[in-house]
Amino acid sequence: MSEITPGLWALLLRGVWVTVQLTVYSAALGAVVAFVVGLARTHRLWIVRFVSGAYFELFRGTSALVLMIWVFFVVPVTLGWQLVPMWAAVLTLGCTYGAYGSEVVRGAVAAVPQAQREAGVALGFTPAQRLRKIVLPQAWPEMVPPFNNLLIELLKGTALVSVLGVGDITFAAQLVRNATGQSAPVYTVILVLYFVLAFLLTRGMRQVERRAKANVGRLAPAGPGTAARTGRVRRRDLAGSSSASGGAS
Amino acid sequence: MNWDWSTLGDFLPAFRSGVLVTLQALVLGALIAFALGLVWTLAQRSPLRVVRWPVTAVTEFIRNTPLLVQLFFIFYVLPEWGLTLSALATGVIGLGLHYSTYTAEVYRAGIDGVPPGQWEAATALGLPRSRTWTAVVLPQALRRVTPALGNYVIAMLKDSPMLMTIGVLEMLGQARQFGSRTFHMNEPIVTVGIAFILIAYPASLLLRALERRLAR
Amino acid sequence: MPADTDPLIPKPATAANGSAGRELIRLEQVTKRFGDTTVLDRLDLSVDAGRHVTLIGPSGSGKTTILRLLMTLTKPDEGTITVDGRRLFPAPEKQCREVRKKIGMVFQQFNLFPNMTVLRNVTEAPRTVLGLSRDEAEARARELLDLVGLADKCDMRPTRLSGGQQQRVAIARALAMRPRVLLLDEVTSALDPELVAGVLDLLRDIARSTDITLLCVTHEMGFARDISDQVLMFDAGRIIESGPPEKLFGDPDHERTREFLSSVL
Repeated sequence: MSEITPGLWALLLRGVWVTVQLTVYSAALGAVVAFVVGLARTHRLWIVRFVSGAYFELFRGTSALVLMIWVFFVVPVTLGWQLVPMWAAVLTLGCTYGAYGSEVVRGAVAAVPQAQREAGVALGFTPAQRLRKIVLPQAWPEMVPPFNNLLIELLKGTALVSVLGVGDITFAAQLVRNATGQSAPVYTVILVLYFVLAFLLTRGMRQVERRAKANVGRLAPAGPGTAARTGRVRRRDLAGSSSASGGAS
Repeated sequence: MNWDWSTLGDFLPAFRSGVLVTLQALVLGALIAFALGLVWTLAQRSPLRVVRWPVTAVTEFIRNTPLLVQLFFIFYVLPEWGLTLSALATGVIGLGLHYSTYTAEVYRAGIDGVPPGQWEAATALGLPRSRTWTAVVLPQALRRVTPALGNYVIAMLKDSPMLMTIGVLEMLGQARQFGSRTFHMNEPIVTVGIAFILIAYPASLLLRALERRLAR
Repeated sequence: MPADTDPLIPKPATAANGSAGRELIRLEQVTKRFGDTTVLDRLDLSVDAGRHVTLIGPSGSGKTTILRLLMTLTKPDEGTITVDGRRLFPAPEKQCREVRKKIGMVFQQFNLFPNMTVLRNVTEAPRTVLGLSRDEAEARARELLDLVGLADKCDMRPTRLSGGQQQRVAIARALAMRPRVLLLDEVTSALDPELVAGVLDLLRDIARSTDITLLCVTHEMGFARDISDQVLMFDAGRIIESGPPEKLFGDPDHERTREFLSSVL
């Protein structure tokens, strides 16, 4: 039985850094996947819609931990190349949360009024120009709040990598627990650490939202802190929950 | 890919018991989430600040921190405080507690969605407050939120493999145990992965159909 | 080309080929159905360059569909559409895009882009579609915004403007492309009554001072009488009567026209 020593604190802080990296890299990959798959799901060719829709359904039905373990243990054995654990994790998290994000992108793009696209046609824009100059800038403010929810889910999801032995906060906590022989202090500490990270993410995304809304000439809802934002129904499983969560907003 | 059907055959008995444990954890966890979520929602509507405020703080904290760490907390810390639970019980409580903070938001949305006219009509009829809740507001609210609750049950299903980390032999736990015993990892993991899709996809189709019906 | 001296005058007919009065738009045997309803029924229509044509008729008679077909916002089920000697339907997308540059449209609901300032709404298409430099596009836009009386609103968001102001920006936006044809789709229907006059006066000015070809769907009969060379009366997907405004409003041949006019006047 002993205290958490400075050395152990350093271990935990390194874990925080790994968690932050994981979140950033996975979010970057997830954003790319979300936009590519989400836009593909609104494509005019049915085959593109079908393939991207299948991707969404597949990853939405899959458990992230199962997928992560499969990528980590099975893929190197069968394909013969070793994946650095960190990148196996980023790949899994990015593809999984990107699939959820694609639903956000698809919904926001579909919500841009048809009349706006028609105005673009009337001015002679190409489809790509319409997407870039009219549709995406108007859809973006609608995406930010659900993206914030997904980011928090992603942050929480990074804890899974500790199962693969990646030295994130949760993994570091297990080492500290073994060293001190006490569970309560270290697990309390890291729960607070996760909460602080989630709080900072939400704060940052509120700024993004405010700027995005101002950019389309709307006022962002002025609200106190995180409560207003995180108080919304999480679109954890996006498809299908729209009607009920609609009542909240 | 080296795929061996006989390995799969060897895994089946363990897989079957894993499925049962997963479903057991899911059903019990969902029941806790449904019930506790309602408690949170009603507490957050309490006129008393001392009730509202801590409940909001606690639910926000639980929702914004990882389920995996919460499982570890319950599994390792509670025994230090003299309360020892089985791995499965820990998992069920963790899953239910975590998702109760989501269902609370769903209930809240449903209750906010009941038109003010319904409250006014109940008041005009002189219904007591408890009766207004149980006979007028909650039935309407619950009906509206059924699809959203269902979606969280699917989310719980997909999070249930985390219970493996505290030693629950659900589907993934069985797969890993089998893998470390026989050194065949591919077949059991793929089987488990497909099993999740086979349960989750039809369930989500069902919920979408239900949502369309309720929307009418 | 001296056209740059006055942004409002595209002078296409005179500057390009000197053939004002030449046929510019041609629809042949155009049929359009939505489900079971036939909106346009084997319609033939020809409009000469520089003409101001007003389409009137009860709602659902196919007037707006004509404008949407010319803007390629919808496709006909049968028939051919030609603009300035080039096929618009059936035609490959690339050719459509070329033809579209010659046609501008003002919508009932303005359809300004909320993610851009007023100025940017007017400069964006000239820059990206016509390839104008920023300075050229802005100079042209400022002149046009001055013309529509909104030069001081350049840096505002369109959502901050009144409906009438928004519609005037939308007119400037369409003119900035220097179209040979301007399609006006019930441009005052969504406006509060007190804002209608300003927009109509502006359009009267434009009709008088340019030789742009106008196709106008409207319920403002006084306005139609003022600006048109030709009025087309639509009923059930067909043109049942056409002629100069004096004739059509004064002494229509067709019983349906008379009924319609007495119901709106």
